[in-house]
Amino acid sequence: MTAAVEPSKGAPGGPAQMTPVLTRRWASPRSWSIQTYRRLDGYLALPVALQTDPRRLVELMKNSGLRGRGGAGFPTGLKWSFLPQGDGKPHYLVVNADEGEPGTCKDIPSMMADPHALIEGCIITCFAIRSEYCAIYVRGEAIHSLRRLTNAVNEAKAAGFLGQNILGTGFNLEIVVHAGAGAYICGEETALLDSLEGRRGQPRLKPPFPAVAGLYACPTVVNNVETIMSVPPIVLGGSDWYRSMGTDKSPGPKIYSLSGHVTRPGQYEAPMGTTLRQLLESAGGMLDGIPLKFFTPGGSSTPIFTPQHLDVPLSFDDVAAAGSMLGTTALMCFNETVSVPWAVWKWLEFYKHESCGKCTPCREGTWWLVQILRRVVSGSGTMEDLDTMSDAAGNIAGRSFCALGDAAATPILSSFKYFRNEFEDLVTGRTPPVVESRLLVGAH
Amino acid sequence: MESTMSSRIGVPEFLATDAVFDQLTHDRAAELIARYPVSRSALLPLLHLVQSVEGFVSQPGIEFCAARLGLTSAEVSAVATFYTMYKREPCGQHLISVCTNALCAVLGGDAIFATLANHLGIGNEETAGEPGAVGSITLETAECLAACDHAPVLQVNYEYYDNQTPDAALDLVAALQAGQKPDPTRGAPLTDFRTVELEIAGIMPDLAAEVDGPSVSEMTLRGSVLAEQTGQRAPAMPDHVEFPPLPEKK
Repeated sequence: MTAAVEPSKGAPGGPAQMTPVLTRRWASPRSWSIQTYRRLDGYLALPVALQTDPRRLVELMKNSGLRGRGGAGFPTGLKWSFLPQGDGKPHYLVVNADEGEPGTCKDIPSMMADPHALIEGCIITCFAIRSEYCAIYVRGEAIHSLRRLTNAVNEAKAAGFLGQNILGTGFNLEIVVHAGAGAYICGEETALLDSLEGRRGQPRLKPPFPAVAGLYACPTVVNNVETIMSVPPIVLGGSDWYRSMGTDKSPGPKIYSLSGHVTRPGQYEAPMGTTLRQLLESAGGMLDGIPLKFFTPGGSSTPIFTPQHLDVPLSFDDVAAAGSMLGTTALMCFNETVSVPWAVWKWLEFYKHESCGKCTPCREGTWWLVQILRRVVSGSGTMEDLDTMSDAAGNIAGRSFCALGDAAATPILSSFKYFRNEFEDLVTGRTPPVVESRLLVGAH
Repeated sequence: MESTMSSRIGVPEFLATDAVFDQLTHDRAAELIARYPVSRSALLPLLHLVQSVEGFVSQPGIEFCAARLGLTSAEVSAVATFYTMYKREPCGQHLISVCTNALCAVLGGDAIFATLANHLGIGNEETAGEPGAVGSITLETAECLAACDHAPVLQVNYEYYDNQTPDAALDLVAALQAGQKPDPTRGAPLTDFRTVELEIAGIMPDLAAEVDGPSVSEMTLRGSVLAEQTGQRAPAMPDHVEFPPLPEKK
């Protein structure tokens, strides 16, 4: 099956090295229960962390090199250190569990399989940033994650890990598990904060950043699920151990989510810097031997890659140097049967639906791009349409409050870079329409 | 819609019903509000709560939320109209959400949606059967459901039914219409839309029974199983770790 993958160009071959840290408990019976968690080293980091100075925890995170797993890759310890100390205001930890970026499917299984890892991470993080209140903002549709987290909070409370005077240290903490209501934009951290305050989820103008004025205008850390789940192992293993995995600038293990035309799609935890070629070899190669045509390194918002990028190390810096973004390591793999303009159209329908409407370029631009793309995929587009798309995408990127605008432009700009000929073939009639126009009536 | 609605341009409309929210619902609202430092943070949960009572968000539901939080009904409507999960029309006993984003669609999601729409004789966001009656079904397309490794997926009342085909989805719908409740691939035993909305609001009376529903699949465990089979582990942690010293004052 692996024959379907392009021949290697001298890069390290062979399958990916598996380094289960975050996923190591997943296969255990009742992995979500506090009994299983404690049997497998759970809540061992907490008493260690609570014995130290919170500032030393922040230093530890800085030394570990942990970078945010929600997509942007901002250094976690640095983010924590931005919170003012002794300012007399409440501090908050908000966990971004609003997973919904197309292709991204790591946080929901993590919360279902190992919710206590997130809870222990939250407690340690709150101690480090001197917060006594934490909200986990979970995507509303993730009902089973909500159940598992709620159960974990109840169990942790009963065990004395949450509530008043935790483990006799005088540290108090409440965690609320909060459900969203169906809005991709709430994964953007300031939109999430507005939503958590009971408002429409629309991004805020930055600065001020959440570290200064976040939830209820108080200093707030917003971190992704996988980031917070990485905290207890770093406390137990130390920064040198953590840095023994991954690359110098992107250390640690990472959950890679393989999906699409892959023989064995799924969640694979391997060091940062693993390549798609290695992951595909571990996953049995491309499905039915049909070659790879394009993939996203980290969700639909990251510029697409082609087989020439199979050996790009999947780390924040290496992927950026190759012209894309690591995002959430959501590796959606599409084979040669898939029309690129069709996939781009589908993604733009998504961005149009999920644009919050606050910024004109994104609200109007995504709407018009969808109109044009519907024409193109149904065979009634023109060459001028393609230029208009380039122009519109270029005028959305960088002109909205949040990254959703940029993300909406990304599929167009990156697909034009590698596959503009496919769009041209559709408008000139060299290839037949990929969608019958009648099927577009009332689409989405 | 019906004449129960006015037609002021730009003003969101919610159905007028004769709903009266009982003491239990008032108590639950108070419980939710008490969880937050600022009461307005309970608005999203409260909207899920009223939806668990009526199966959608009605004008009385809007007013109930507004009264509990000291907001105007306009402020609450503005929020309710923003989010996809708040339904403006009565929902079926079951809500079926079919992912039609690019990855699921290419693996069969579009075909599944078309098959179900054809079978039920309805389009997107429409309901087959008397809303709320046994076997009634609301059908919608969904954006990415964060289960791409299980594509194509659909959810019934937000429980996962993974690796679907048009035929499997048809069998599922036929069973639902007959009043049966086939188990999800991942999630708790199927109930109905309103019951799950109560849980999403944050009230989980049957948590002990539901939490045990399966959550890991072959796909979820692929990397873990591969590591196990090949004897691969992360590097061992050192026996003793010191925290770094405090940073020096600059």
